[in-house]
Amino acid sequence: MHHHFIDRRANPKDKSLGNRQRFLRRARARIKEVVNKSVQDRNVGDVAGGETITIPAKGIEEPQFRNSRHGGNRSRVFTGNKEYVTGDQIDKPQGGGGQGGKEGSDDGEGEDDFRFSLTREEFLDMFFEDLELPDLVKTSLQEVHSVKMHRAGHAASGTPTNLNVLRTMRNAHGRRIALHRPSRAAVERLEREVADLRAKPVLDDEEQVRLAELEPQLEALLRKMRVVPYIDPVDIRYNRYEARPNPNTKAVMFCLMDVSGSMGEREKDLAKRFFMLLHLFLERRYKRIEVVFIRHTHHAEEVDEQTFFYSPETGGTVVSTALVEMQRIMKERFPSGEWNIYAAQASDGENFSGDSALCHELLTNEIMPLVQYYAYIEILDEREFDIFQDARSGAALWRAYQEVADGWHNFAMKRIAKPADIYPVFRELFAHKAKERVG
Amino acid sequence: MTTKANSTLLYDGSDWNFPTLEKTYKAIEEIAIGDLGLDVYRNQIEIISSEQMLDAYSSVGMPLMYQHWSFGKRFARDEMMYRKGYQGLAYEIVINSNPCISYNMEENTMAMQTLVMAHAAFGHNHFFKNNYLFRQWTDADGILEYLQFAKSYIAKCEEKHGARSVEEILDAAHALMDHGVFRYRRPPPLSTREEESKRRERQEYEARTFNDLWRTLPASDKNAAVSDSEEERLQRRKLLKLPQENILYFLEKFSPVLEPWQRELLHIVRTIAQYFYPQKQTKVMNEGCATFVHYYIVNTLYDQGRISEGALLEILHSHSSVVMQPTYDDPRYSGMNPYALGFEMMCDIKRICTEPTDEDRQWFPDLAGSGDWRSALRYAWANYRDESFILQYLSPHLMRKFRMFLIADDENESQYQVKGIHDEAGFRKVRAALAQSYEIGRLDPDIQVVDADLKGDRCLSLRHLALDRIPLDTKERDQTLKHLRRLWGYDVHIESVDRDSGALISEARLTGERLEASIR
Repeated sequence: MHHHFIDRRANPKDKSLGNRQRFLRRARARIKEVVNKSVQDRNVGDVAGGETITIPAKGIEEPQFRNSRHGGNRSRVFTGNKEYVTGDQIDKPQGGGGQGGKEGSDDGEGEDDFRFSLTREEFLDMFFEDLELPDLVKTSLQEVHSVKMHRAGHAASGTPTNLNVLRTMRNAHGRRIALHRPSRAAVERLEREVADLRAKPVLDDEEQVRLAELEPQLEALLRKMRVVPYIDPVDIRYNRYEARPNPNTKAVMFCLMDVSGSMGEREKDLAKRFFMLLHLFLERRYKRIEVVFIRHTHHAEEVDEQTFFYSPETGGTVVSTALVEMQRIMKERFPSGEWNIYAAQASDGENFSGDSALCHELLTNEIMPLVQYYAYIEILDEREFDIFQDARSGAALWRAYQEVADGWHNFAMKRIAKPADIYPVFRELFAHKAKERVG
Repeated sequence: MTTKANSTLLYDGSDWNFPTLEKTYKAIEEIAIGDLGLDVYRNQIEIISSEQMLDAYSSVGMPLMYQHWSFGKRFARDEMMYRKGYQGLAYEIVINSNPCISYNMEENTMAMQTLVMAHAAFGHNHFFKNNYLFRQWTDADGILEYLQFAKSYIAKCEEKHGARSVEEILDAAHALMDHGVFRYRRPPPLSTREEESKRRERQEYEARTFNDLWRTLPASDKNAAVSDSEEERLQRRKLLKLPQENILYFLEKFSPVLEPWQRELLHIVRTIAQYFYPQKQTKVMNEGCATFVHYYIVNTLYDQGRISEGALLEILHSHSSVVMQPTYDDPRYSGMNPYALGFEMMCDIKRICTEPTDEDRQWFPDLAGSGDWRSALRYAWANYRDESFILQYLSPHLMRKFRMFLIADDENESQYQVKGIHDEAGFRKVRAALAQSYEIGRLDPDIQVVDADLKGDRCLSLRHLALDRIPLDTKERDQTLKHLRRLWGYDVHIESVDRDSGALISEARLTGERLEASIR
């Protein structure tokens, strides 16, 4: 009888990837809801983990004509009888549940929810969907590590372009000395002498002896030169490169937000996505990221994330207080020589009259010279958004920031009303990044 | 105990490699064929990773399956259960095909590989090749080729008609999959090339008969809601081959709205359903056979001195957890464990043949003391399914051992009644009731297409014959009706009728999007 073993382990995995994609597409709307909800529950700094999610089974049921688990007249055989004898009556469990054993949890109720794990990529995909990121940016954000090629010593094999001439020549030189390769000068001297002797029409005895001595000597030298080549494959060295993660630099991200009464839940949710996106971007570039939350009304303070997003506050609106606070924290804890500083500010555009000029001054003179990038969003409701189509028109704060933007290319500002509007604020940041990757 | 002629260990330690697998396979084969007299398909044993095992799980264990979201759903669930440690993976999966393909996990130790080869490559393989249900209803030679055809055909449909349209039809077909089999008629063997050419013929033929059928309609006469004469009714039922238990077959042939490729999808789904039909009815026997075979083989290997005590203990440890039967009041209880019942029954047949008691002689006069337990078992494996097997072979000895008892649960009574236990008066009752619970007609509800009102509103009527007044799950029924409606194109109606009295229990009708349901 013939039989055989087949080793399938090296076969491509993910045979069921197509099925998974179909499943995710099918359950997309529900997964999306769960992802959106979990964005609200997550911190700005940890959007990116995959997670086990539970979605309602609606839309992914597989119904069939099936017998009900209740009703009718049934006979069942059980095992493990202890004291029953024929004719015994046993009370049914309360609530009309199952008949002993596991069947207590029947009725299919437990199956209404479906639990499974989303990968980090799938999670981010859903997260990005509303933000409408360009594909290039998406892939660059989803990639976990960015690497750079670094010189790392030498190798005996490699491509000709990486040949290290100096090393190669040095090795060859050492080998030639060790193996006594005759020098070109010595060979030439001997050759000349032999040639001279041969050129003479008549040789005296002494000269004949000399020639007889020299000829084998020359031959030996030439043979040795052939056997011990000038450059041997063993001498060749190449520069070796190694892929290393990007330098372990650190960055700090300042989140500034107006929390006065006019910022409602919708505005804060948009702002949160805005901050998350910047954080994701920074994650790709820097190993260590600090996040500083500064909220302001008519005065500003540094708070933790929970307070920042969810604790209500009342008061007027003086934007410059936040900038002053940021400046103070930068000076105290994040010297710009050591830290890459990013700032993201969200507001509804209102400001105390006369304060906007101060903001302009603070930004231009104090802050912009120190930060890598400053992004500002003004959150409008949809109706306002239609009115303020022209970037040039707007309230005092918007106009003041507009001037800053004219002076600093790393200052970005945008009016937004829905998640899809957020990304363009960062467009340049990402564009810059993409160029760098290509280059 | 056999002679220690070849008393050298096949392996020592837990790591496996291909030469050792080969050697061990040979040793197992010697016992399986030479001693037990098994008759198997050629084996093809594939070593796969746990990842690939999960893949195989999700597509009902088949190596080539078309793509569908429900398989992705299954994978997502199994993967999470596995990663979080809620659920282990099977050590093997085996496919009823010729050659018989079995998947062994690379993570298995050599001892486990021994167990798995004996279990799947010989136990299940013999059962597939010899049991009458498999011989009659499945085509082991053609299945892989057919699946290949199905997969590429469906992929082509997705390309041509869009993934969503294909999904819609497959969803609906899957909902009716359990009612896409012929229970009493043998299906023709599969052959893909033939299949393809027949497909075209079938379409043409259908187009013809189908037109004939519908031509009897008075064209768009809405007022003609007159009831047909009895003669017309009979004529129609004859043309439509009604009543019809195979709902998918009926829709494939007679649905007024499906396009040819959609009919082909139904054909594929019901072909696969038909292929799995015997497996449902032979769980106890199939697992019992495989478990008995591996148990006998590893013990013989040990007696021959070819596997070490350590390997045997490891195998028996996993064996005993597989055949564990919790008692009814145990939180782990979830009905009869088919491995436990099957294995014990096989061992019991051997016992009855070789060491019968007086009771056995009385109950099994032909079997008791016959001595030749090997052919007795092979005969049983070949000629029975779970229901008839239990009815024929379950012994008083075993009912006592399992301490079986029979409970009657009538919805009209406030208490359960103990109808019988493991004693002289109860044996036959308990056995008959246990056998009955494996009857296919009780596992799946008995539903037939009974009429299609071609002259009136074209409503399709199904009838569910309720056994012992057990109703359908109404939530699922109503969902399934939507799928049925998609395939039929017009209103659908289902009534549940008590099989014995003929009394109407409940009915539901789906008109457009609107569902009307009632319970009597």
